[in-house]
This record gives sequence, structure tokens and C-alpha cells, in this order.
Amino acid sequence: MSATRTAVDYEAVIGLEVHVQLATKTKIFCGCPTSFGAPPNTNVCPVCLGLPGALPVLNKPAVEMAVQAALALGCQVRPSSIFARKNYFYPDLPKGYQISQYDKPVAEHGVVEIEVNGVTKRIGVTRVHMEDDAGKSIHEGFKDSPLNTYVDLNRCGTPLIEIVSEPDMRTSDEAYAYLTELKQILEFCGVSTCDMEKGHLRCDANVSVRPRGQEKFGTKAEVKNLNSFRFLKMALDYEIERQIGVIEEGGKVVQETRLYNPNTGETASMRSKEHAHDYRYFPEPDLLPLKISDKWLSEIKAAMPELPAARRTRFIEQYGLRDYDAQVLTSTRELSDYFERAAKASADPKLAANWVMGDLMGELKADGKEITDSPIPAENLGELVTLIAKGELSGKLAKAIFPKMLATGDAASAIMEREGLKQISDTGALGAILDEVIAANPKQVEQYKSGKTTVMGFFVGQVMKASKGQANPALVNQMLKDKLG
Amino acid sequence: MKITEKEVRYVANLANLELSEEEIARMAHDMDEILTHMDKLNELDTSGVEPMAQVLYEAEETATLRADEERPGLGSEKAVANAANSGAGFFKVPLVIER
Repeated sequence: MSATRTAVDYEAVIGLEVHVQLATKTKIFCGCPTSFGAPPNTNVCPVCLGLPGALPVLNKPAVEMAVQAALALGCQVRPSSIFARKNYFYPDLPKGYQISQYDKPVAEHGVVEIEVNGVTKRIGVTRVHMEDDAGKSIHEGFKDSPLNTYVDLNRCGTPLIEIVSEPDMRTSDEAYAYLTELKQILEFCGVSTCDMEKGHLRCDANVSVRPRGQEKFGTKAEVKNLNSFRFLKMALDYEIERQIGVIEEGGKVVQETRLYNPNTGETASMRSKEHAHDYRYFPEPDLLPLKISDKWLSEIKAAMPELPAARRTRFIEQYGLRDYDAQVLTSTRELSDYFERAAKASADPKLAANWVMGDLMGELKADGKEITDSPIPAENLGELVTLIAKGELSGKLAKAIFPKMLATGDAASAIMEREGLKQISDTGALGAILDEVIAANPKQVEQYKSGKTTVMGFFVGQVMKASKGQANPALVNQMLKDKLG
Repeated sequence: MKITEKEVRYVANLANLELSEEEIARMAHDMDEILTHMDKLNELDTSGVEPMAQVLYEAEETATLRADEERPGLGSEKAVANAANSGAGFFKVPLVIER
């Protein structure tokens, strides 16, 4: 190895394996609930406990969700796929094997488009396969934890898909963008809530480095426990630097499994996994091949929701949104659904976009709330925008009403009615206010008449004040000009 | 020999089996015979035949799927009833050092 090489002379090669929990009510092979946080070992039955003689029966909606996810990732769905046993021993795996898919996964050959620093890149998706989850081992927190590991099998049999990418990423930023895009697509499909804190989305990375320009891949390490976006990036950056360091010191990267420790920010070798890669897969004899007919596939396709990229483009074309705004408003399905309902109820979709992204998101964020918690129904926000667009509500009055909408959830029109806040566009009533203001300020009238037209602003302000902000500003301007000559 | 004692030890280790020297020798012999028999089967040209994962089924769509409907679980008391060690609703196993 040349001693003059530095980090910039190396390139990382990264592939991600992402496990996603499907949003079914019950497990993949039995009717036990998948609910999170149940008391230990309550949502279990002979099938997911791996008791002798129990037989798995595949959950149909789980298959449909897996296929939807695969289609959303541009994969080809196999007409016939095979479940296989992946054999290993661990206390939270009572069957002694995981039911997964091996050489015939449900779907293959997909692609995810990412954008990093303005550059678009296509990341290949090798495969999507279905499998069951293991239980949970608890190593600490009990008096006898130094002696015993506690095992909760509630999670056993929870339906997962594993999405394996091609080794197409070259930086931690690209991996971050890929995972972000993947999460967004899956959320839009409604196949998973992708809640990383609850482990609905888990990520492992295969990482290697090679001198820039070299075609052959370096030896890879598999890094586990990347269970937040931040950890993914930090772990990759650490691991890439570590491998470059090993090579620079004349050493060799060892093919191994490494665990990321979020407390130290480092990855460490898991020696226990050394022999673990011989899983002796074989076809699961208790399950039939999964056959997906053309008819079923087209039914699943027909039920697919609009995906984020398509929705972004449509928002730009249909509502005249700016690129950036469309991006923000499609960041989650819930937000984009909310905006669309508000936009449809409003006379001005662009103004609706501003209110959703500005005032509404600002207030929700300050309260630590999500769009789904919005006290203002989308239709009411749309009505507020319509009232502004039609000139029945000044921007100032709208800003005054908005907090009341937030507090009560009531429609703007109802609040205006209740509080007598209607905008005054009646020339008779406005004329009376104008006359009072003009009579009370002879000095400013003098200034205006001598050519200092900037005092117009002063008059408008006085009229707005006298009318408690309810005067129609456009009309006030016009009438003042007429009256002051 | 188609299989060595070393390979028998390796497979036994993966399967969490502790075999005596005598058993290892016997296993090597038995497995060797099985593989010899496989050789006999391999004389048939099956290159044009789709590998068969299941003998039961030949249809366009899997008919044995389940609706996503909940069924009550066993409950923790029954679930851990046969466990060698349990507590607080959990199974307990000797400390697992490292995953």
C-alpha cells in the first residue's frame, strides 16, 4: 500500500439490508395480534411458539403488502416464490429456524431513485423477500439479569419484508438518502408505519472500501444495529474510516459482522457470528409455494396508492406549487393528504400550501404534534384560505382568527360570526370611519395635500385601528384617495 | 469417502449436537452411504426439470391463505407453563453473553 494515500483516495461501497414490519393486525403464520407493548408472552400460540405439530398458515394481506412494497420499488414479482428455513439457534427463535425466502424471493430487480447534492442516482434493489420476526431477548433490568436472559416471544412471527439493495452507494449521505426514500415510499404505500423507535424499520449495512479507480470490491464487513437515520450515517462514517485506517497501516479488512454501539459511536466485531453464516437453507415443507396469479397481481396493482414522486409532480402541475413546496408537502402521506384536502376546499391552492407549511406546521411543531394531530380540519383551513382569497378576510384578521381555530377546531366563518369579526366592505360604514379619522387628523391631511403622499399609510393604519382590523384594506385605500383628493 | 469426520463435526456443531467419537465415525459412514445413493439418483438427467419444493400443489394461485383476523393467544401463564425456568411472564434462559 502506498503511504501517500489519504482518505480521499478511497471510495466506500455500501449496500443496505432493510427489515420492515408489515402493518397487518396479525402475525404472518398465525392469528396472534402484532400489537406493540403487550405484556410478555401474551400474544403467542402453538404456531409462533414453535410447539411440535403446529403448522403455519400464510396471512394473505401480508402477501399483498409485500407485493405492494415490491411494486412500489419497481421490482418484478415472481409468479411463484418459495419459503425456506434458515437454521440457527438462539433463545428468541423457538422453532430453531426462521421461515424466510432464499433463492426464490417474492420479488427482484427493483430500483430506488435518490438525490444527493442535486445529483440523481439510481440504487438497485436486488430482492424483496418475506419472513417472520424473532422474539426479544432482554439482557438487563432484572435482579437476576447477571445470570439469566429473559425472553418475550410476542414479536415472534411478526411479518417482515427484507429489502436488499445492490452495493450501489458510495457515501454515507447516499445511504441516508436511500433509506429516507425507502421509508417514504413504504409509508405512502401504507404497508408499514416505519416507526424506527418501535423497530418497524431496521437497517444493516454491508460496507467495504477500495482505492478510487479500482473496480474490484474490497472485503466487506456487515454492520448491524443501525436503528436510526443518525446512527446509520455515524456508523458508516466510522466504519469507512476504520477500514481505510486498517489498510493504510498495512493490514487487511476481515470479513465479519460488527455491531454499532451508539454510546461510543464505534463498531465492534461480533465474534459469536463467526460461524453463523452457514444457515443450511432448505425449502419449508410446511408451506406451499406462494403462487401469485396475473389476476391477483393486477388487483394488488389497482389498489396501489399514488407514490411520492408521482404526487410531487402532480402537485406542481395541478396546484402550481413550487418544486421545494411540493417536496415538503409530500414528505409524508399524511401531510400530503392533509394539504390536498385543504387545497381542494380552498379557492387558492398555493395560498393553502403557504398556510399549511407556515402557520399550521409551525404551531404543530411548537406543540410537538404531527399533522395527524392537527386540531384544525383540512377543510376548515381551506375555508380560511378561500375567505382570504375572496377578500372577505384581511391577512391581518386571518392571523388573528387562526389561533382561535387552533384552540377550538371551529371553522373561520363560525368564529367570525360569533365574534362579529366580519370584514367591513360596506362603503357607507367605511365612509363614516374615514370621515372621523380625517376630521381627527387635520395636520396629516394638510401634509397629504401638500404632496407628502406617504402619509396615506398613516391614514390606512388609523382606519384599521378604528375598525379593529376589520376594514377591507383595498377598499380603504381607494376611498381614502378619493376623499383626500 | 464422500464425507470426512471433520465435516461431520462441523455439521454436528451447527446443529448443536454433541457426538461421541464412536457416533462421529458411524455418522460419517451413514452419511457417506446416503451421498452414494444420491450419486445413483444423479445419474438421471434432470436439467430440464423444475426443482420441486412441494409435492402437494399445482395451481395458479395459493389457495391456503389466511385472512388477517385476530385469534386470542394462549396467554403467558400457559405459554411458559412447560419452560424449565420462567418469571414475570418471561421465559428465562441461562445468560446469553453476546448476540
